[in-house]
Amino acid sequence: MKFVDEFRDTQKAQTLTKAIHAIACRLASSQTKPLQIMEFCGGHTHTIFRYGIEQMLPDSIEMVHGPGCPVCVLPMGRVDDCVTLAELPNVIFTTFGDAMRVPGSKKSLLQAKADGADIRMTYSPMDALSLARANPSKEVIFFGLGFETTMPSTALTVLQAEREGITNFSLFCNHITTVPTIKAVLDSPDMKLDGFLAPGHVAMVIGERPFDFIAKDYHKPIVVTGFEPLDILHSLWMLLQQIEQGRSEVENQYSRIVQANGNTAALEAISQVFEIREFFEWRGLGSIDHSGVRMKQAYTNFDAEKKFAVPNLKIADPKSCQCGEVVKGVIKPWDCKIFGTKCNPENPMGALMVSSEGACAAYFNNGYNEQKTA
Amino acid sequence: MNKPFNRTKFSGKKINLSHGAGGKAMQDLIDEIFVKGFASPELELLEDQARFNLSDLSKLGSRLAMTTDSYVVDPLFFPGGDIGKLAVTGTVNDLAVGGAIPLYLSCGMIIEEGFSIDDLQLIVASMKKTADEAGVRIVTGDTKVVPRGAADKLFINTAGVGVIAEQTNILASRAQVGDVVIINGFVGDHGAAIVDARGELALEMSVETDCQPLNQLIQVMLKVCPDIHCMRDATRGGLATILNEFAVQSTVAIELEQVKIPVREEVRGVCEVLGLDPLYLANEGKLVAIVPEKYAESLLDVMLKHPAGLNSAIIGKIAESPHGKVILNTGFGGKRIIDTLIGEQLPRIC
Repeated sequence: MKFVDEFRDTQKAQTLTKAIHAIACRLASSQTKPLQIMEFCGGHTHTIFRYGIEQMLPDSIEMVHGPGCPVCVLPMGRVDDCVTLAELPNVIFTTFGDAMRVPGSKKSLLQAKADGADIRMTYSPMDALSLARANPSKEVIFFGLGFETTMPSTALTVLQAEREGITNFSLFCNHITTVPTIKAVLDSPDMKLDGFLAPGHVAMVIGERPFDFIAKDYHKPIVVTGFEPLDILHSLWMLLQQIEQGRSEVENQYSRIVQANGNTAALEAISQVFEIREFFEWRGLGSIDHSGVRMKQAYTNFDAEKKFAVPNLKIADPKSCQCGEVVKGVIKPWDCKIFGTKCNPENPMGALMVSSEGACAAYFNNGYNEQKTA
Repeated sequence: MNKPFNRTKFSGKKINLSHGAGGKAMQDLIDEIFVKGFASPELELLEDQARFNLSDLSKLGSRLAMTTDSYVVDPLFFPGGDIGKLAVTGTVNDLAVGGAIPLYLSCGMIIEEGFSIDDLQLIVASMKKTADEAGVRIVTGDTKVVPRGAADKLFINTAGVGVIAEQTNILASRAQVGDVVIINGFVGDHGAAIVDARGELALEMSVETDCQPLNQLIQVMLKVCPDIHCMRDATRGGLATILNEFAVQSTVAIELEQVKIPVREEVRGVCEVLGLDPLYLANEGKLVAIVPEKYAESLLDVMLKHPAGLNSAIIGKIAESPHGKVILNTGFGGKRIIDTLIGEQLPRIC
């Protein structure tokens, strides 16, 4: 398939894997622990597992699967808020598919749907707007979540709704921001990471420059990375070269998509509709300053938080969860006390077991649950 | 759409509650639509049950096989098929993959008030056509009409009876180390066709369902390889789910080669866009067989020549360990475990 197979070429993969092994081998003599490289984005985690990339890497490189899976980091309280909104009379609640299964403190959206709430899976916020047009007597709420990747399409939908004068559409805004979150990981006292693969589609929107501080202030190399398996290997090779040469820079492997200054039109739409929240709650990571956005005053009419009584519940993560430590690479998923036992994909307790892009679910599904007992 | 049936007094009419009430209206519907549509001598007797001659059955084999399945697909008509075709092939295939020669089907219909009788007639005609192709007869039936909202348009249940030959012993627990895994063509067509037919995505492509009876192909396969160890049709949950069942029940490992698994470009495209995995997409005309290696090539040969197996391929083999696991060589140099699905496959956010 054109534009797909080129990025999955086995020969090229072998060449890159050899080059990675060669550098890793040269670096190994000076290492006291494996090099820990974090892929921030859940999309990268998905590719790494889907193509079995971890087994292609030398033992001296350890991938740490970061917090960039928006479904995983959704706190229980927010899911409860969604359920409350969805169960309001006369409401059609719309959401991306993989948010359906995230457990709240009482139920998931999938269970709320079974209980009778009108919840529809959509592929784009524009689908939600179409539903609003087609059902003028109903309130259509779109559950907006995701990092800067999905923010522009939500913003543009709100702007479109405003242009058309649609009054029965609103957004329950749970969009989150990448940079403050990476900063929170970097500022954590037990942080041991040696480099980052930066999220390619976030960078497509915000550009390369917002990642500069990682290289300049924290002296960690970082490579903006695409989502095909060769992209991952290529970026790892670039990252290892930086480490070997003692450089810490922002490099762009995903130059076919990402421009240094990002996408101006997308950024304009975002800043027109959204503003930074003081803080946002994350499942597994707690509250992080400036890590979420809300709708600006001018769009109150489209803001579900203003239009409806959202309880804004705070539900603490289960005490036994060690998601925070897994996300920072302090422990591996199977080192968590409840991994594969109390916490499994059927009954996820922690954030990282929730979506298939979460590190724990990915490990569990790939049979690592047996490592614990092995 | 061309209507493959004659106009009747029902043309243009809709089902109402009296069509399920047991009186004249129901009798008319049964006579006009079902008895005429299915045209089988057993049904024409209008008894409460179909009757078979045991001595005829015993000529075909030593054991009876029986199965049932319900069909609730939405939409009722989709590229390459409809609920009627599905209701016949599904049950025929469930019998056939056990090595049975399928013979007779029942047909229970639960119809929502207001359903178009023209559509019903189309579906009945499709069932009859598929049954004829598969060489089975619909011999008994039941009709219920439920109030609007109590069912979604039309649900069909079919049960089937077949006969298994003495020497055939196909069991999910019989996979042995060294056996090979064979599939009779492209995976995921049906799942992708249904996604397409729901029209939610406005995809610029068209995939037809692979819905087809497998019994004749399987009889050809059994002639070449009487000792097929395991065989199932990869319906809901797809290829991945069936292989996991074999791996667990046989306590073996199954190693798959991604590059050898036939997937249509269009289906790959749908999966790439939606973040779905074709190995988990439903099929309605695909069998997965595990056979001793010595038969593999000759079996593949006859399968490739059969219309229901034109794209057959050997896609993997049985290994010793890890027990109960299906491992995919990704074709990129890595491996991953193909697990059973927890719930429904859900499209990813980004």
